[in-house]
Amino acid sequence: MNNTPQSDPVLDIRNLFIAYEPERYAVKDVSASVKRNRITAIMGPSGCGKSTLLRAMNRLHELYPNIQTKGDILLEGQSIFSMSVIELRRRVGMVFQRPNPFPNMTIYENVVAGFSLNDIRLKKNQRDEIVENALRNVALWDEVKESLFRKGTFLSGGQQQRLCVARAIAFNPDVLLLDEPTSALDPVATSKIEDLLGELKKKYTLVLVTHNMSQAARISDESMFMYLGELVESGPTGTLFTTPKDPRTEAYLTGKFG
Amino acid sequence: MHTELTDNIKRRTRTNGRFRYLVIAGSVITVIPIFLIVGNLAVKGYRQINLAFFTQPAPDTFQAMMAASAGEIIPGGIANGLTGSLLMVLLASLFAIPLGLMTGIYIYENSTKKYAQFIRSLTEILQGVPSIILGIIAYLWIVKNITRGYSALAGSVSLTIMMLPLIIRSTEETMRMIPISIREAAFALGTPYYKMIYKILIPVSFSGLATGVLLALSRILGETAPLMLTALGSPAISFDVTRPVSAVPLLIWDFYNDPNMVSLVWSASLFLMVFVLSMNLMARSVASKHKYI
Repeated sequence: MNNTPQSDPVLDIRNLFIAYEPERYAVKDVSASVKRNRITAIMGPSGCGKSTLLRAMNRLHELYPNIQTKGDILLEGQSIFSMSVIELRRRVGMVFQRPNPFPNMTIYENVVAGFSLNDIRLKKNQRDEIVENALRNVALWDEVKESLFRKGTFLSGGQQQRLCVARAIAFNPDVLLLDEPTSALDPVATSKIEDLLGELKKKYTLVLVTHNMSQAARISDESMFMYLGELVESGPTGTLFTTPKDPRTEAYLTGKFG
Repeated sequence: MHTELTDNIKRRTRTNGRFRYLVIAGSVITVIPIFLIVGNLAVKGYRQINLAFFTQPAPDTFQAMMAASAGEIIPGGIANGLTGSLLMVLLASLFAIPLGLMTGIYIYENSTKKYAQFIRSLTEILQGVPSIILGIIAYLWIVKNITRGYSALAGSVSLTIMMLPLIIRSTEETMRMIPISIREAAFALGTPYYKMIYKILIPVSFSGLATGVLLALSRILGETAPLMLTALGSPAISFDVTRPVSAVPLLIWDFYNDPNMVSLVWSASLFLMVFVLSMNLMARSVASKHKYI
């Protein structure tokens, strides 16, 4: 399925626990690794902790002081908890469930928002280049090149979501986290995003949360199945879908619950 | 059975119609006074409104008496009130806008904390404090202790305290409308907290913030009671914050107390009303123009 030579883990999750309230874990003792230049899908029924796990990977949980995290996550061998959160989030980009371009910014400004919001000054030609590259990478350039200075919120939902991907990859991150990026989109926009993810994995490592099994089957290389906060099973998507080892995975895949 | 049903429907249609008229009548009754007020002010006040009305200070009683008895337009205008109002409102904005915005953002950002909830309740209480009491407070603080006499500064302080709860509330409510995902998007890009506030939160909610500020301004523009105890009023145009100044509503009070200047009451009131009204309209147009959320 994948011919890239490297397949060492980019992210290594070790005995991770996450609790929203003391002693009530939304993620229980999860250990897993995310391989380079692959799409890793995290599946599971609603409330199984898949988004919670994803949001730990860029320490977004730290915005909410009541959330407690135990365990460790290594990014290229270094604990993410020992890095500055700013560096971490530059290296681990994120795309959210609903398209969320900054409504006060133009399309152009949205793409370079990561730089302007971090006070990284770029020359105009550098900025132009980043904007064009990022928008080309998300296959949005041809659609918006005439309207770069209109507000990003004028775009359709699918275009907005691709803009958000462009914003995340403008920084050239190592990893891109995607939290159900197509759940608010129609089927046509969804298939465009899926095609795009297939392209993006050549450059980046992608972690995709989805409740849509067929999406995971279509586009992911590796899959993790979570249930009630536990990582039930993980492995190559083909194997996991055809010969699941755990009865719970099989039950989920055959539509018995979730 | 059949007739019973149609009777029932007929009755309900009638009740429905009556209720509709009742609601319409209620709304008409509510707007009538507004038209009466504006109409009255316009009819009685338009004669005095000319260039001098805006460029000259209030006349003295003798001038006004001479003009009134000759049936002429009273000379002079409200320039001392205009400059005084401008000075105090500017100064009050300078204090209240940054303070109010910061407090509003603080309350919004920490809405679960006890301290923020405490501040919010205090803000609500402050909003209910009669303005004359704010005048007394500013009198004690500023007039007695700082400027040692009635002053524009004291007036501004009382107006600042009036503006604060309005701005704090509107800031908090506007911020509340920003989807949480916008904040998270900013943080996911590694944005530091203070940058998220001034590059995302404030610009995104700009229309709401501006509306709040403009509405607060239009509230304090007509405020009279606290100024009587603080700015006092002055017949001359003055920009010295440590000295007494006049204000448009103070002038209206002065005119009212002088039988020779009654026609100026109407003109000054007309002006104030139109000004406040246009401020409200401006707030609306700002709100619709820069609306992102």
